[in-house]
Amino acid sequence: MTLYTSTVRTARRPSRIWTKAAGSIGFAIGLPLVLLVVWGIWGTLAPATFFPGPLTILDAFVDTWIGPAFVDDVLPSLGRLALAIVLSVGVGIAAGTVIGLTRWLRELLEPLLEFFRAIPPPVLIPVFVALLGVTDTMKVVVIVFGSLWPVLLNTVEGVRATDSVMTETARSFSLTRSQRLFGLVLPAASPRIMAGVRQTLSVALIMMVISEMFYSSSGLGFQIAYFQRNYLIAEMWSGIVLLGLVGVLLAVIFSIVERRVLRWYHGVKEVERA
Amino acid sequence: MPHPGIRSSPHGPASFGSDVPMTLAPPAPVHTSTVVVARRRRHPARLVRKIALGSLGIVGFLGLWQLVSALGLVRASSLPSAVDTFAQLGVMARDLEFWRNIGRTMTTWAIGLVAAGVLGIVLGAIVGLVPFLRRATHTTVEFLRPIPSVALIPLAILAYGIQMQAALVIVVYACFWQVFVQVLYGVADIDTVARDTARSFGLTRASRLRNLVLPTALPYVMTGLRLAAAVALILAITAEMTIGNPGLGRVIFQASNVGNITTVYAIVIVTGILGLIVNLVFRLIERRSLSWHQSVRGEEVL
Amino acid sequence: MPDTLLQVDHLKKVYESSTGDVEAIGDIGFTMRRGELVCIVGPSGCGKTTLLKCIAGLLKPTAGAVILDGSAVTGPPPNMALVFQEYGRSLYPWLTVRGNVELPLKHKTLTRAERDRLIDDALAAVGLEHAAKSYPWQLSGGMQQRVAIARAVAYQPEVLIMDEPFAAVDAQTRADLEDLVRRLHLERGMSILFVTHDIDESVYLGERVIVLSKSPTWVQEDLAIDLAPDRDQITTRALPRFTELRTHVYEQIQRAKRGEAVRPGV
Repeated sequence: MTLYTSTVRTARRPSRIWTKAAGSIGFAIGLPLVLLVVWGIWGTLAPATFFPGPLTILDAFVDTWIGPAFVDDVLPSLGRLALAIVLSVGVGIAAGTVIGLTRWLRELLEPLLEFFRAIPPPVLIPVFVALLGVTDTMKVVVIVFGSLWPVLLNTVEGVRATDSVMTETARSFSLTRSQRLFGLVLPAASPRIMAGVRQTLSVALIMMVISEMFYSSSGLGFQIAYFQRNYLIAEMWSGIVLLGLVGVLLAVIFSIVERRVLRWYHGVKEVERA
Repeated sequence: MPHPGIRSSPHGPASFGSDVPMTLAPPAPVHTSTVVVARRRRHPARLVRKIALGSLGIVGFLGLWQLVSALGLVRASSLPSAVDTFAQLGVMARDLEFWRNIGRTMTTWAIGLVAAGVLGIVLGAIVGLVPFLRRATHTTVEFLRPIPSVALIPLAILAYGIQMQAALVIVVYACFWQVFVQVLYGVADIDTVARDTARSFGLTRASRLRNLVLPTALPYVMTGLRLAAAVALILAITAEMTIGNPGLGRVIFQASNVGNITTVYAIVIVTGILGLIVNLVFRLIERRSLSWHQSVRGEEVL
Repeated sequence: MPDTLLQVDHLKKVYESSTGDVEAIGDIGFTMRRGELVCIVGPSGCGKTTLLKCIAGLLKPTAGAVILDGSAVTGPPPNMALVFQEYGRSLYPWLTVRGNVELPLKHKTLTRAERDRLIDDALAAVGLEHAAKSYPWQLSGGMQQRVAIARAVAYQPEVLIMDEPFAAVDAQTRADLEDLVRRLHLERGMSILFVTHDIDESVYLGERVIVLSKSPTWVQEDLAIDLAPDRDQITTRALPRFTELRTHVYEQIQRAKRGEAVRPGV
């Protein structure tokens, strides 16, 4: 009996592997390289005050962020962001599971939660500044309160709609409630939950940036705003680049986690598409 | 699961159970019929319950809010009472400037959304349909996409000052990616069998675009626009709060500076309502265009 | 009284729906001995699945009782295992084949070694030893159904209930799976209740065939299949007795569809 997936494979010839690798790398760095070069040339030919060339920015980046500023501003910001994300995702999934599985609770809270989700998160910053003052606690709470909703509501949606045949299977084998929760309901809801986590991550980053730029006196965001107010253009740009790198880092981490957790889901989708 | 609710049955209590298997002789034929008895509508009751509980939730929250502030658990300068907040809302609603501010915010929203939409659809279609471009731009897109558009606010302030253009830069940058990525998914989702059919029948490029690409991509475009609409509202208001161009965001910023906490809370409620309306309208539009198309589209980030 | 394992007494199930109440099962009663392979056939829509769900404790009947091994069934009994028709939705895609087979065993008090032995044994019985690490969606339909059967076998139930398990599988695979069921029955003495719409299959597999009437369903006939226990697809299906039996069952179903059969005692 052979498996569906067995195929006959022949070894690839080495030269083909190299050309393929070179092609991949070329595509990967080609456009970015071209854009940087164009920007650099434009910078020297027609310098604009607010758009320094890439090399200037690189210098400023090294000067500004490689050093004490990293420890004083960047690390605490990232630390608060990480803590807030962990809280958001944790509370969101836990509360979402409880709410999603209890019909009366869900019907009671759903309109309220949908309203909270609809509020543009940065608008909550003045509210929390008024409630908690400009403290580290406020900074974390405001990120949590702003970014919690996507993962919470997605979890609620995800745990309610478990496939009926899977549920009957679990019942027919007399699985305990906790087995059903962790072995069936949550794994089945995980694609939905991960989609919510992705949105939560990006909202959290936005909240960190805004709260630090305009409502704080320290942190990565504050530094960038400071540079802008004092016309330190290259430094400001370096800060923006750093923020961009933070965003990319978050996206990469999420991607790695998602691919691991949802490996089965991607497999199912691939089979369906074939 | 339906509840067992016994109506009537024409069959008596006589049974036909036996543990001795029958032989081949069949009994004489007679008519039997299915039993369908009186209706009982259950769906409206469930809907009423849902609405009742939902309203109770909202009322309960407002009551709790009022209670907390009435008991003085939080200082009045941090948390105005619910009654005061809604009273302020009423006052603002009678002020023409309030509605003008809503107009300004929604204008930024609309222009940003349309610009991002057009750019996203056009560029998304071009990149999506040309495999070389797709591969060449992949890393650039994956790097630029996660950059939070709010990081560009200082730059926008420098470049454009306190004007709508600055806000538009922020809005368009973020919304563009929402639409662009969805269009890429949509164009990639074209059924290969359908495409081969079109080519084998000799349809021209333009005809394929109209009859194959467009219908396949349309639901994705709608999803992208819905996501972009939500993002646009958030960023339009954020921009007003931070850059300072006129609009609801600036009202909140100024109110919180002078300690006018009631106005702050009132505007928070207004923005929530605006967010709900935008989301509802776009979900309806999306559902219309999605009625024939079944697929799960990954929701994008801000 | 021979060794009765399952007893269904005057079972009745009425569904309420938005279009009116439907009496899916009118009055069903039969018994099943330990170690029997009983097939249930009936016209479409005669409530076969409803009957199975009531027997499996997944649905509460409106009236009547199901008694398994002396105790009444009020919820899914621990000594019963189910194999569903929709294997794609019954197997958990986030678990490997081995993980799926292992899942129901986790809450039974077994040592690790015992559990592993049961799993290996079940996978070997269905011929999937080498697929233990694959995921269900990587396998063909027939193989996925084998995984579902292995899962039920490893659970070591007293009675195995199968709800049209081969309906969604191609004909050649179905023949293999039918032989697998016969083998499990003969080699392990498993008591099996097998619901199908395929008349030939019911006669090929069963020691008894229960024919259900049209809705509201009752037992129209309880037929003994007197074919030899050692059956195979080619020779058994060519026997004249097989043809007689299948023709009879076919005629019964036709009568059931036309509503011509009369219930004794009414």
